[in-house]
Amino acid sequence: MNAFWIILTGSLVATCCSLLGCYLILRRMAMVGDAISHAVLPGIVIAFLFTGSRESVPMLIGAGLLGVLTTFLIEFFHRYARVQADAAIGVTFTWLFAIGIILISVFAGQVDLDQDCVLYGEIAYVPLDLWITGGGLSLGPRTVWTLAVVTLLIILFIVLGYKELFLTTFDPAYAAAIGISTTVWYYSLMTAVSFTTVASFESVGAILVVALLVAPPATAYLLTDNFKQMLLLSVLAGILASAAGYYLAVWIDGSIAGAIATVTGMEFMLAFLFSPARGILIKRKQLQPVQH
Amino acid sequence: MNEFFEFFSFADANVRYVTLGSVLLAGSSAVVGCFTLLRKRALVGDAVAHAVLPGVCLAFILSGTKNPFILLLGAFITGWISLLTIDFITSRSRIKEDTAIGLVLSVFFGIGIILLTAIQHSGNAAQSGLDKFLFGKAASLVGEDLIAFSLVAVLLLVATLLFYKELTLLCFDQAYAKTIGYPVRALELLLTTLTVFAVVVGIQAVGVVLMAAMLITPAAAARFWTDRLSLMLVLAALIGAFSGVAGAFVSYTAPAMPTGPWIVLIVSMIATLSFAFAPGKGWVSRLLRQRRNKTLILEENLLKLLYQLGEQKQGTLAPHTFQEILERRAIPQKLARTGLRKLGNQGYIEKTPEGWLLTGQGQRRGERVVRLHRLWELYLTQYLHLASDHVHEDAETIEHIITPELEQKLMEELGFPVLDPHSARIP
Amino acid sequence: MILQVENPVVEVHDLTVSYDRKPVLWGIDLTLPAGALVGVIGPNGAGKSTLIKAMMDLLPAGSGYVRIFDKPIGQVRNRISYVPQRESVDWDFPASVFDVVLMGRYGKLGLFKRPRKADKDAAMEALQKVGMQGFANRQISQLSGGQQQRVFLARALAQNADIYFMDEPFAGVDIATETAIIELLRTMREQGKTVIVVHHDLQSATEYFDWVVLLNLRLVASGPTEKILTQQLLEQTYGGKLTVLTKVGELLKKQEFPSRER
Repeated sequence: MNAFWIILTGSLVATCCSLLGCYLILRRMAMVGDAISHAVLPGIVIAFLFTGSRESVPMLIGAGLLGVLTTFLIEFFHRYARVQADAAIGVTFTWLFAIGIILISVFAGQVDLDQDCVLYGEIAYVPLDLWITGGGLSLGPRTVWTLAVVTLLIILFIVLGYKELFLTTFDPAYAAAIGISTTVWYYSLMTAVSFTTVASFESVGAILVVALLVAPPATAYLLTDNFKQMLLLSVLAGILASAAGYYLAVWIDGSIAGAIATVTGMEFMLAFLFSPARGILIKRKQLQPVQH
Repeated sequence: MNEFFEFFSFADANVRYVTLGSVLLAGSSAVVGCFTLLRKRALVGDAVAHAVLPGVCLAFILSGTKNPFILLLGAFITGWISLLTIDFITSRSRIKEDTAIGLVLSVFFGIGIILLTAIQHSGNAAQSGLDKFLFGKAASLVGEDLIAFSLVAVLLLVATLLFYKELTLLCFDQAYAKTIGYPVRALELLLTTLTVFAVVVGIQAVGVVLMAAMLITPAAAARFWTDRLSLMLVLAALIGAFSGVAGAFVSYTAPAMPTGPWIVLIVSMIATLSFAFAPGKGWVSRLLRQRRNKTLILEENLLKLLYQLGEQKQGTLAPHTFQEILERRAIPQKLARTGLRKLGNQGYIEKTPEGWLLTGQGQRRGERVVRLHRLWELYLTQYLHLASDHVHEDAETIEHIITPELEQKLMEELGFPVLDPHSARIP
Repeated sequence: MILQVENPVVEVHDLTVSYDRKPVLWGIDLTLPAGALVGVIGPNGAGKSTLIKAMMDLLPAGSGYVRIFDKPIGQVRNRISYVPQRESVDWDFPASVFDVVLMGRYGKLGLFKRPRKADKDAAMEALQKVGMQGFANRQISQLSGGQQQRVFLARALAQNADIYFMDEPFAGVDIATETAIIELLRTMREQGKTVIVVHHDLQSATEYFDWVVLLNLRLVASGPTEKILTQQLLEQTYGGKLTVLTKVGELLKKQEFPSRER
């Protein structure tokens, strides 16, 4: 049963992250995703100090807002202080992450988080924290419920805003010309990334969030030329990695998050080498552009 | 406070070593970071930093010891592989660079984590302390470790000095470097190697997770203080070294604290202050400059108004009341009063019982503004073919910015004109 | 020579556009007639793309205003279409030709609504007009430069707008595509649409456009083609650098001066 809950948790995280990751990598913003996933840490610690729990809605919202603030901060450094774009990202997230780690050390007694957990989570403990109703009925791990709600919200967001997200990602100038606000959709996307990160953080840690934001979408991007298929394939790749990663971790007795990240890397390598259309080891006759 | 003096008296040999080590480590990575920053590849350092973790773990598993040279070697190898992987993925597929960096970073780190946890769970007694690579611990920098890491740091600095000219050219103008026969590819490899080395030594102090900050942040901060590369390198090294010492101090006084985050926090504060307050490029100094421009515009406008009022009265120098000035142009009263007072203090105008009077100096300056205004209007109509009723607003700004050289040039191009497009005399 | 028209479709008034405070377009004043094929012509770096982007309010104006159909741009977005430069997007994007053309309908659809059959028909019809109906399901990464340009054009057509802004639609396309595009533009003109095209080839300009705007940091000329494409005006556009203007622009940037006092 524990294996089931852990794999389910991993799959839910994988679903949210992979879906949003597709937009991030096509917008060339993979590293902004990386930055957000690190930068929410101080928000999580502070929210934890105030609410004293990990699962509360205020904590989710408070920490999620910090993620959005990160994008503003990067934007501010870049636009107003004129720091070079990549440096703005690097400075912002390392700084916020450092604050988070220091807060954890300072409030070690009050905060039930440790430095290592921040990096690779405690997915193995997910099944221990059960949600038990007043009547004594166990409804399964709390984290799964939180993640399920977040996953539903993310899917809803992508379904409802499908065409706007698609257009603003592909051709922002045209979108602006026909009156679709690129700013609104940019920040909506970043908000979604923040909340996903916060919800996933405690179970899988910062690194797995990055791995799932980047690797499954990159794998899918090598396998298909259809955007809807890319979304689906990356979710599949993410879920597969969660399951395979769990068993890999059990086998070598290591961190589950680390193992899942490793498997996403292997998936990418396979696609990179053997993708039917673009694998570098596949000598298939490619459809060449018609040259006039 | 006692600890502070204890630490900075350097009486304890341990403290001396740790301080020296931190300075070398943080300083040398900051120097290399300048080059990666200028090549716009700052985040690549982040990927390398995360990628050294599996190397360290593998080296430990294979050798079974914590010999710093062996761990360094392992770190170096996987760090290098990560850079090659990023280049390979971007050149051989349609994956873009940011995705490749994120991918390599998280996957290598994932592999590192799984190895690290496997080692920890294996119950190997020798393993304790490997996890200090995650967040760094300057205080543990003693004996063999210190010698190894410092040696690499010194090598790094020497190599940077030796190839200073070549690396500079590579960063500023790669294409030009190629045309004049520099081995660009080899230089790229050199910089890559230096980056990996910088990461490998830096992680001892700050750990892999935050290593990116040691490469990026001091360089980004130094960039705000100077445009000269040599000075930028020195500043970045100083900023890095300072935060290194601060980290060592924290590590000394609070052994439970991870050093890395403190170093990063300090260096980030320095960077943020630089972004905000560095003279010239800083945000605040830009705001101040914009404010100064506003004051300049206000003062020159007042002088111009007084001059124009005089013009109406056939150039006689007569005083004008506050009302007269505001009637000609709506300036908020308060602003106008302060402006006039300041101009009075500077000796451009005098207050007489009948109103404000231009001094000789003020007369000349007001005249110049009016002249520039009309010259620019004429320039716009003649060279830009703007209608004469559209040129006024533009001239309202430009009149304040034209330098004497440009003024001379304008006069020449316009053939020393007498009248502006509205047939007003150009003084 | 700057000719103004009565009841213009586009009215640009005293427009200054700056990048980083340095003006790249100075005080543009122009009006364009309805139902014309307008060419915006000038050397590299003259601000041609900047002008049409500023007309669509994609770039902030330092001063002045633009009115289209005698209204502020925000009120007439659904009557405007834009064909960006081909290089402005990533053609490796996972999308089919049909996906891209269908984007032309997004503006009219509004939030949360999915394209209906009518939209799909309109997209297909637009593809037919550019002779690409056979490519509907082709991935955009597999198109040649000319085909990419046609797809962009089809997207604009699917929008069925009244005024079209096109940024270098003839750049890097084959002869067949160029001919097809110009035929299409002429048909659009006959239907009373206004098409504003950024163009860099002087020779074909005489043949293609009935109104020409000559640009080089400032407006040099605007009017019917035969009156504008004269030796003298072209020399003014392409020759003689305005050193004073450039220097003042750089000073504005360096001193961080506002482009208008308030």
